[in-house]
Amino acid sequence: MKYEAVIGLEVHAELSTESKIFCSCSAKFGAGINTHTCPVCTGMPGSLPVLNRQVVHYAAKMGLATGCTVNRLCKSDRKNYFYPDLPKAYQISQFDVPICENGEVYFYVDGEKKCCRLERIHFEEDAGKLLHDEIDGTVVDFNRCGVPLIEMVTRPDLHSSAEAKEFLETIKTTLSYLDICDCKMEEGSIRCDVNVSIRPEGSTELGTRVEMKNINTFSGAVRAIDFEVARQIDVVEHGGTIQQETRRWDDVKLKNTVMRTKEDAQDYRYFPDPDLIAVEIDDAWMDKIRSEIPELPVARYERYRNEFGMTAMEARQLSDSFAKAELLDAAARSGKVKPKAAANWILSDISKYLNDKAVELEDTKLTADKLIDLIVLIDKGTISGAAGKKVLPAMFETDETVEAIVGRMGLKQVSDEGAILKIVQDVLADNQKAIDDYKAGKNVTGFLVGQCMKASKGQGNPQMINKLLAQELVKLG
Amino acid sequence: MELYQKTAGELSALLASKEISAVELAQDVLARTDAVEARVQGYVTVTKDAALAQAKAVDNQRAAGEPLPPLAGVPVAVKDNICTKGILTTCASKMLYNFVPPYNATVADKLAANGLVITGKANMDEFAMGSSCENSAMHPTHNPHGLDHVPGGSSGGSAAVVAAGEAPISLGSDTGGSIRQPASFCGVVGLKPTYGAVSRFGLVAFASSLDQIGPFGRSVEDVALLSDVIIGQDKMDSTSCAAPFGSLHAGLNPDVKGLKIGLPKEYFGAGISEEVRAGVLAAAETYRALGAEVFEISLPLVEYALPIYYILSSAEASSNLARFDGVKYGFRAQGIEDITELYVQSRSQGFGSEVQRRIMLGTYVLSSGYYDAYYKKARAAQRRIKAEFNGAFQKCDVILTPVAPTTAYKIGEKSTDPLEMYAGDVCTVSVNIAGLPAMVQPCGFDAHKMPIGMQLIGPRFGEQRLLNAGLAFEQASGLKNIIAAL
Repeated sequence: MKYEAVIGLEVHAELSTESKIFCSCSAKFGAGINTHTCPVCTGMPGSLPVLNRQVVHYAAKMGLATGCTVNRLCKSDRKNYFYPDLPKAYQISQFDVPICENGEVYFYVDGEKKCCRLERIHFEEDAGKLLHDEIDGTVVDFNRCGVPLIEMVTRPDLHSSAEAKEFLETIKTTLSYLDICDCKMEEGSIRCDVNVSIRPEGSTELGTRVEMKNINTFSGAVRAIDFEVARQIDVVEHGGTIQQETRRWDDVKLKNTVMRTKEDAQDYRYFPDPDLIAVEIDDAWMDKIRSEIPELPVARYERYRNEFGMTAMEARQLSDSFAKAELLDAAARSGKVKPKAAANWILSDISKYLNDKAVELEDTKLTADKLIDLIVLIDKGTISGAAGKKVLPAMFETDETVEAIVGRMGLKQVSDEGAILKIVQDVLADNQKAIDDYKAGKNVTGFLVGQCMKASKGQGNPQMINKLLAQELVKLG
Repeated sequence: MELYQKTAGELSALLASKEISAVELAQDVLARTDAVEARVQGYVTVTKDAALAQAKAVDNQRAAGEPLPPLAGVPVAVKDNICTKGILTTCASKMLYNFVPPYNATVADKLAANGLVITGKANMDEFAMGSSCENSAMHPTHNPHGLDHVPGGSSGGSAAVVAAGEAPISLGSDTGGSIRQPASFCGVVGLKPTYGAVSRFGLVAFASSLDQIGPFGRSVEDVALLSDVIIGQDKMDSTSCAAPFGSLHAGLNPDVKGLKIGLPKEYFGAGISEEVRAGVLAAAETYRALGAEVFEISLPLVEYALPIYYILSSAEASSNLARFDGVKYGFRAQGIEDITELYVQSRSQGFGSEVQRRIMLGTYVLSSGYYDAYYKKARAAQRRIKAEFNGAFQKCDVILTPVAPTTAYKIGEKSTDPLEMYAGDVCTVSVNIAGLPAMVQPCGFDAHKMPIGMQLIGPRFGEQRLLNAGLAFEQASGLKNIIAAL
């Protein structure tokens, strides 16, 4: 029998707020153990949480960007359970009324547009970390306690690991466009749990689902899903039934094992947190959030393909990076350069520079105006394309104008016909052998153009050299 | 008259005029404590050295001519569930037997900023759960007016030390009557402010939506003075809010002519002892004589207040007290390898039986399948009770009721039956459920010379009205600054 996989995801993203969700401690990653802590985030007796409004702002922003309904009145609930990394023994989260509901995320898989519905987005606090290594016993590091998270829960709309991966990539790009998450996978900024079930192809009923935890990368999600789908098919094919359970993915051993079965499902005893009052998002606040949402990656991707005529690969590479897409669009909007020319620069030399130097575009001094100036100078013939490549590093690194860099580096192209003709004539005078070869029917153009470029110290306009050289050679007949 | 016998208002004047020094005052109060504390046992910790140092600092400031707040140099006792930086804060529990907070509660900061001198941490029922102070893991506190009687609870220590002259004023906390019932039992004045008027930051939570810190004193004026110190919105407590009034002390005015006082008939029915009923009704007559309009009203939903209270408070407590797990601070069971076992043993050994009972009750009512029937229904009923009080305050300015069914009972008399103990909260819990302010003050004595208290309930942020009405009665009755002989 053929089977269809049915997949739902629960994606956790850490929000890049300055301070934690309920106290003023820094939310930054990587500090010394228990240095970003205070009585509130370590759950000391008598301490009280105060909701960081930036968390509400960011969560609502993600909701608006994914077509969710935003609930204006944000309440918080307690999820009660004991674990050493949870100092209050409850996590402050949102239960019955999440901040955002009923969204849709669109993405492309092999050129086909897909949609995955979002059931909800809610905000909550992260827990701490247990460190078992290199010491005698276990240390609880509370730095991560109270780092704000949003949890995005999808409907079971995904049907393959490839779809899941593209969905996750789209979520990541969207978070990055919205500037609400630093998307550093290696620091655990985005994590996901996966729910998998299978059903006979053509069936519309949902099978028994298995939840998988401990998935830390998108490629890990792909491996975990592929394994679990295969495992479930194997169980069913051998006459077994799937148990509703939670399994832990091991990305080293490439298999999963049972964490807990349905029977030991915990009762979290959710109830409204009496320490927090509901925060209301009023119209002005909502307008502000809405105004901060840029054109999103999938929309840009489609525009680049349809309006700029780019390939899927080009459109994807450009739209994946908010900074690159913004650069391209600013250049295109200027009307001074062809979008395609700007795109070529961004995809080739600019991307190469950023990769080589391992820097982000927004951390350099390259601006859209500079890129436009560069392309205009090349289009006008003021500098050659090759000279343009030489100018580029200084455009990233200094505040100089492109003209100034060109001038300083002496890269201005010579397009004065008289001067070029003089160079051509001098080169011909010095290269009798080439003229002889030419007369003997050999192709010496390339050699002679090279000599002319050399004589012009690289600044001669190559088109003009070609043209004049051809004229002079014809004269020599 | 010894200094320890004076009210905070009188001491404030003596300090301001430099007739006495804060150190002299602290020494006198500490000497009184030395003399009677062994019998009263109102404190968990007496902070003698810190008190003298603070008094000295205030004296130095005054000598330097610095302008000082009214209560600068006045001693104050603080209930042991209010965090005091560097001072043991146990909640009268084995669970926190060694807990020294590295931070102050907001009210503790306010005491310090106002130059008050903390004499010590007052005994209480463990984690504020109880009505007799017998649930303290440290020791019971004795009622200064009859040492074989309970002082009430849970703020029994805070009430007893004020009644015994071991401090002129103190802070307690009130979740279901924990300030008012001990004030009544000990013959002192106690105010439970409007929910949100005083920051709860640093108050070890029992039931967050009901808890409120409030003052004790031996006069209405003293309670007004200490209220002025602690009331105010706090950015560290999102449930706190700005009170729509200025200094309550400055606003004191004992004129009750035309004041409409409602007597809810449900508070005077069966279960209330004859002496208590007679005492409160006599107070109503006093008000009538002073020109107030006194009339009967009805609050029929009040009979549901007790179950609503025990559902909501236990539910919140079960979550609030989950953090005491033996991992981070306080008591940890020894010789255990497994984390679950560490939780079970630390909590079983660290919490007393009443606390465990409430945690189990609360866990039950929040459990899947029971939540709707208990917690959710109780929240809905809470809204009805609030509405009922709002309706009553359309008709009257304040409500006058008994505080407890009886005067202080004997130690051990009720401690074996939790339900009988819970029933004693019948007159006080509805105030917390509705988030209202209420004040208790003495209105007489029973046949055994034990104090009888009366409760005045006001609308939200009606503190000034309560204090003024209380002051009028205090002046008319002369029942002020009652110190147990001991």
